[in-house]
Amino acid sequence: MVRAGSWIVGFFRFWYHFIIGDDWTMAAAVFVGLVISAILNSNHVVAWWLIPIVVVVMLGISLRRASARR
Amino acid sequence: MVSTGVVPVLITTFLASAVEAIEMVTIVVGVGATRGWRSTIIGTVSGFGVLALVILILGAALQGIPIGPLRLVVGALLLVFGLQWFRKGIMRVAARGLAGMAGEQPEEAAEWTGPGIDWTAFVLAFKGVVLEGLEVAFIVVAFGASAGQLGAGILGGVGAIVVVGGTGLALHQTVRRIPRSFLQLIVGILLTTFGSFWSLEGLGVNWPASDGAILGLLVIYVATATTYITLERRRAFGMRAAA
Repeated sequence: MVRAGSWIVGFFRFWYHFIIGDDWTMAAAVFVGLVISAILNSNHVVAWWLIPIVVVVMLGISLRRASARR
Repeated sequence: MVSTGVVPVLITTFLASAVEAIEMVTIVVGVGATRGWRSTIIGTVSGFGVLALVILILGAALQGIPIGPLRLVVGALLLVFGLQWFRKGIMRVAARGLAGMAGEQPEEAAEWTGPGIDWTAFVLAFKGVVLEGLEVAFIVVAFGASAGQLGAGILGGVGAIVVVGGTGLALHQTVRRIPRSFLQLIVGILLTTFGSFWSLEGLGVNWPASDGAILGLLVIYVATATTYITLERRRAFGMRAAA
């Protein structure tokens, strides 16, 4: 029972580490970016530009925040 | 478009596996050299057995999913994971340049002299292989399946483990000098590039120049990495100067 519990905890810890990692705001921004891209695309608006902008901007914000913490 | 070329799949999965294989080999060689080899090798082989099982199950499951939804889900996962390595790679290369892992010592240095299995060596080697390998096993299978090149993906992953493992056994100090941070940055950029491309393709978004957009994304992200590394170094230099 305890072993099954630790496997479940380990499973969720793996996915948390894989998706969220050290900065949850980057994963959240990617998710929001993909949702907005899907909405733009379904309204026949060109949408390929949004995710690269999200990547570049969020990296800058996250790096700045990490530097400030150090 | 259904499949991506074999070469980008081989390069990306090889480099991604190499990043984790360096740490894996450092742990295994460190444990083997200090606690003895027999239990370390049993732990390592058991760890690879678990990873092979994960790859088989995951590979079979992913091949049954249509390419559009697969690319959306896998692309989004590779994008968020790739961004983490992208960010860590920038921070580490800015701080340490092309330094390897030299100086980081594995734990548990007491040599085992008793009979039977040394469970400490077994567990350390097993956990080292499984924990370092699990993320890469997922990346290799997901990347290969999304590119329509599952075989090439697995070949790239296994190839890296064989090359880094062979180097580690022959010259174990050399493995610790491979610039892992720089490799992590390159793989972060590659995963973010393919993750951006596939996730939007999975949504049905049309890229300008079709597959040529991958090259455009790569150029943008390499320029981003170079700019942020320069800025991070200037920021660190400014902090040191102010202190």
